[in-house]
Amino acid sequence: MNYKFWLIAQREYLTRVRKKSFVVLTLLVPVLMAGFLFFIAKLAKSDDTKVDVIEVRDETNLGLTSRLPTTEQLLFLPAAGSLTEAKQSFQKSKHDGLLYLPANLDVQNPQGIQLFAKGNVSLRKQRAVETALDKVLSELKMKQSGLSQEQLNRLNSTVSVTSVSLDEQGQEKSSNAGATTAAAYVLALLIYMFIFIYGVQIMRGVGEEKSNRIMEVMLSSVRPFDLMMGKIMGIAAVGLTQFVLWAVLSYGTSTLVGTFVAKSFTSKSVAAATVTTNNSAANSGATATTTERKDEASATPAPTNGIDTVFKAVGALPLGTILVGFVIYFLGGYLLYGALFGAIGAAVDDQTDTQQFMFPVTIPLVLSYLIGISVILRNPDGPVAFWMSMIPFTSPIAMVIRLPFGVPLWQLGLSVALLIAGFIGTVWVAARIYRVGVLMYGKKVTYKELGKWMFYKG
Amino acid sequence: MRPNSLPLVETFFYLFPVTPILQAIDVHKQYAAHTALSGVSLEIPERSIFGLLGPNGAGKTSLIRIITQITGADSGEIRFRGEKLNPKHIAQIGYLPEERGLYKKMKVGEQLLYLAQLRGLSRADALQRSKAWLERLDLKPWANKFVEDLSKGMQQKVQFIATVLHEPSLIILDEPFSGFDPINANLIKDEIINLREQGATIIFSTHRMESVEEMCDNIALINRSRKVLDGPVGQIKNTFKTNTFEVEGKGRLMVVHPDFEVIEHKERENGFFYDRIRLHAGTTPNDLLRYLINNVEVHAFREQIPSINEIFIRRVQETMPESLVEEVAS
Repeated sequence: MNYKFWLIAQREYLTRVRKKSFVVLTLLVPVLMAGFLFFIAKLAKSDDTKVDVIEVRDETNLGLTSRLPTTEQLLFLPAAGSLTEAKQSFQKSKHDGLLYLPANLDVQNPQGIQLFAKGNVSLRKQRAVETALDKVLSELKMKQSGLSQEQLNRLNSTVSVTSVSLDEQGQEKSSNAGATTAAAYVLALLIYMFIFIYGVQIMRGVGEEKSNRIMEVMLSSVRPFDLMMGKIMGIAAVGLTQFVLWAVLSYGTSTLVGTFVAKSFTSKSVAAATVTTNNSAANSGATATTTERKDEASATPAPTNGIDTVFKAVGALPLGTILVGFVIYFLGGYLLYGALFGAIGAAVDDQTDTQQFMFPVTIPLVLSYLIGISVILRNPDGPVAFWMSMIPFTSPIAMVIRLPFGVPLWQLGLSVALLIAGFIGTVWVAARIYRVGVLMYGKKVTYKELGKWMFYKG
Repeated sequence: MRPNSLPLVETFFYLFPVTPILQAIDVHKQYAAHTALSGVSLEIPERSIFGLLGPNGAGKTSLIRIITQITGADSGEIRFRGEKLNPKHIAQIGYLPEERGLYKKMKVGEQLLYLAQLRGLSRADALQRSKAWLERLDLKPWANKFVEDLSKGMQQKVQFIATVLHEPSLIILDEPFSGFDPINANLIKDEIINLREQGATIIFSTHRMESVEEMCDNIALINRSRKVLDGPVGQIKNTFKTNTFEVEGKGRLMVVHPDFEVIEHKERENGFFYDRIRLHAGTTPNDLLRYLINNVEVHAFREQIPSINEIFIRRVQETMPESLVEEVAS
């Protein structure tokens, strides 16, 4: 690579980075991302952490109201008066539901329980109420069959399964199938998008040089290979710049949003808690969770239990391998396909003619993505996964999907070697098509002709 | 990347241009379907303007692309100042293709810097020279404009600057005047002559014969992949002279004479006539003039020298059957 290559790469980089569209897109995506996150967080929070206050009109003489457990999501308050009165006062209140327990409730076969709400009752809310009732009633049944409270307490147990992955060295790591799958999915999508977006940019760039007729001037100054590689590398740098900026800016905006969201929801739960001060049983629990949340909020900017688990799960992934592997497959795949896209740009005269050549080039890319997110994700060590992660045209996507699940080192080495060989091969082919194609005007190119071009003498 | 040629050496070549700046020796180029060049040999002397002529598709562009190292010859050799053509000569050659093109989304000044740097000029030199050139061709106010915002004529000027900015010793101009209005064409013509004065050699590929006659020292005519004619312009014209004289005068001219024949006769008003008379071998113009003076009143008398255009057309037609025969044979 000589100084001309650098000049070309530099020009490709600078002209693109200085474009308004680049600046706008680079700034817009993190903003959209933050907006999206905010939206999601808001929806999730209002669902998850809002305390639903349910009034209970208990006509039974079982004292069920005080037994109903207060959870993070539900708070039960006794309602006064008859059902009709309760309904009226409920309409005026800010409470979320009215639970009606009829007087003749049969503990063995509970029928006629009703939950009134303003508007539709969400399935989630109904489930929560059902679970609460279920627990109370079964406790009641057990008591009726002669179990003491102490025995009941002993029967209660919370089950939680922690999955642990054993790696080749026999070391244990807590794993999280969700995080692994998500990581695989995101990595594959990134590579797929990057190859597509910037591959097409290479094609357009070559086509532009061809239709601008600047090619002849350029080729009298530089070797076609330098021109092609300069363009591919320059555009790769544009893509990397964009991704790094997106990552940094998105992190910044998300953190901001996270802080904002945490703050706004903390104040809301305080408000929710104050509503309940007249209820002695529920009061202590609700305030406790609120203060807890407050503490968390002041300690870290974006703290939720969910994010914490995500961090833990991500930490359990083979991050080093993923990162190095991602960069290798990212660049390898881009170069391999970029060279082919460049050759297409050189071969055709008219941008509309690119379709017939785009098709066979994009098929392995699209297939590896589609098969990748279905078959390989389901069975990351199966034969399909193995072969697709060896073939250079599919390995950039197939292998990054496998990476988070752990890949034997020899497979990784073989796949990378094949990818490099494949990359050299396509660049060789592309450079030959390029060399002849860039000065070929006014001719509709066929595959047969492309084949001939490869064996033209300089 | 200019070679470190000593000033002394350059001075020597300047004073005694013994080696031609460019030699083509038996160059062949075959494309899949047709032969572009077959056995073309040329010599282009230093500090000259060389006209490369030929009808469309004759092989001119193929030859130029070989000289500019865009493609290679199948066989034969190109020598630059006696040395086999190689990539280090790129810095010494400037090329203006017939199909003009610039990066439309690039500013004029940046574009010139970029192209000159690709030709081996340092950034500082390129900056300094492009400023001087932009000023000279009245483009200075446009230096920071995008190329796509310029008129076609201005773009052509920018491209001309890009061709010569790195001060090449061999400048190849393919149809340099196309797309210029007469005023700008003159401006460019003056610049070309000026460049020759400064020591550059110019290869000129064109169909416009007037400019060839006016500017070229030597020409070569290529037809159907072969060189069919070359040499200094004056010499070629002499070879193609037919000993024909144009006469304008008043009176009656004898139609038949043993020493000359009238090949064209026109009667004009007021007893004037216009004749084209060809001398037979051994007859001098003075013989004809003496005869004319004795018989008519002579108003004008001049030798009819064939224009390059006529020579071009005649030679192309002459060489046509030969190559057609060859094509049938192969």
